[in-house]
Amino acid sequence: MLASLAGFLGDLDRAEEAAQDAFAVAAARWPADGVPDHPRAWLVTTARNRAIDRIRRERTLAEKIHLLPAPEATMDEVDDTVIKDERLELIFTCCHPALALEAQVALTLRALGGLETAEIARAFLVSEETMKRRLTRAKAKIRAASIPFAVPDERLLPDRLDAVLAIIYLIYNEGYSGRVDLGAEAIRLGRVLAGLLAGRPEVHGLLALMLIHQARQRARFDGDDLVLLADQDRSLWDGALLAAGRAALDRAVELGGDGPYVLQAAIASLQTRERVDWPRVAGLYRRLVELTGSSVVELNGAVAVAEAGDPAAALRAVDRLDLDDYLYFHSTRGELLRRLGRDDEAAAAYRRALGLATTTPERRFLTRRLEEL
Amino acid sequence: MQYALMIYTEAGHDTELSEDERIAEKAEYETLRDDRRFLGGTRLQPAETATSVRVAGGRTLLTDGPFADTKEVLGGICLVEAANLDEALELAASIPAARHGVVEVRPLAEQR
Repeated sequence: MLASLAGFLGDLDRAEEAAQDAFAVAAARWPADGVPDHPRAWLVTTARNRAIDRIRRERTLAEKIHLLPAPEATMDEVDDTVIKDERLELIFTCCHPALALEAQVALTLRALGGLETAEIARAFLVSEETMKRRLTRAKAKIRAASIPFAVPDERLLPDRLDAVLAIIYLIYNEGYSGRVDLGAEAIRLGRVLAGLLAGRPEVHGLLALMLIHQARQRARFDGDDLVLLADQDRSLWDGALLAAGRAALDRAVELGGDGPYVLQAAIASLQTRERVDWPRVAGLYRRLVELTGSSVVELNGAVAVAEAGDPAAALRAVDRLDLDDYLYFHSTRGELLRRLGRDDEAAAAYRRALGLATTTPERRFLTRRLEEL
Repeated sequence: MQYALMIYTEAGHDTELSEDERIAEKAEYETLRDDRRFLGGTRLQPAETATSVRVAGGRTLLTDGPFADTKEVLGGICLVEAANLDEALELAASIPAARHGVVEVRPLAEQR
């Protein structure tokens, strides 16, 4: 019986499962209904039907999670009319906020990015075993708790879309901190999402932000050292990526976008101009602070105020912030104090920053700043 | 799918409510009770009335108080029938206690 089921189902695990199901049904029914005329045939037929039911149920989700090919591959191998495009449903399931953040990231990369478990494990510096467990646990919760495989309705959509965008940006930033392949992966996801939700400005905003950052990727480092925007060699910027980023930003603005990703993309875009319009950048930062209430954003906004020509006002704004444990708070103070000619205080601030530095390039950068004073 | 919504609240929260707030919360619980997806549930007496039971080596050991000594204690439980987790989460969010305590949503192991 097992063999005939395994042959039919092509999978021993499934066959065993199906046989067990059939015996359970028999145990429940035969005492009351009587033993059928052909018990073996009855069992095999019941097992087959149960297995088909089970596979159908699992296919709605589990199989998509395992096997969803990259969109390019879909176009080549399978006629679009045969397989319904359910990538959007899949994205919303993988990024469901009922799953742990790290599981959302891993599921998204596995299911939509098509990355192998081992690659994801390497990217997040955990063992393959750990990553496998993380994915298994997440998939088990999706099944057991019935996390829907659906695009959320209009009421839930804004919140859930924010969650999806946050995950993609998180993946991007993992790549930005040195693993370029994840950055490219996040951009690919962003493009897919912008195609599927073309009417949502924030989706284009996020894509624009990632593309504009990515365009400058090669110029951001000199060897291991971080190069500040003003000192970057612009000939290393990727013109095609930059143009694509600006086009995505235009699209977001046309759609009336003024959310946090659109604002950040607009800031990034202005900063890539030959002459940066710093007062405008400072204005965009003010709106971003209103939206996010983030002290780090306020700190960046203060830098724009200084660049616009008012380092004293910038320093006053920075000194109001409660970011004492943040390296860039102290390095920014150092820079502003230096510009105001208060070298002793600047040196003290740089030393505070140095105490918080964790990487060699950061330490080297700050030491150089100190020496230049 | 059936889910248990387990309601955890801080002890003594009820006594801090004004009369109007109490009436408003009661109305919200009644709305939930009348929802066709509500299968049953109950409020529990305060945690001070709890007794924890363990059997070890054939002996029954009793401890005064709830199993977990936390600031928030299990104050009630609801069973609901929902299409999926999103619907269950929405029902959980409609419980007034979610605003000052926390509601844990768990699928039932045996669907009835």
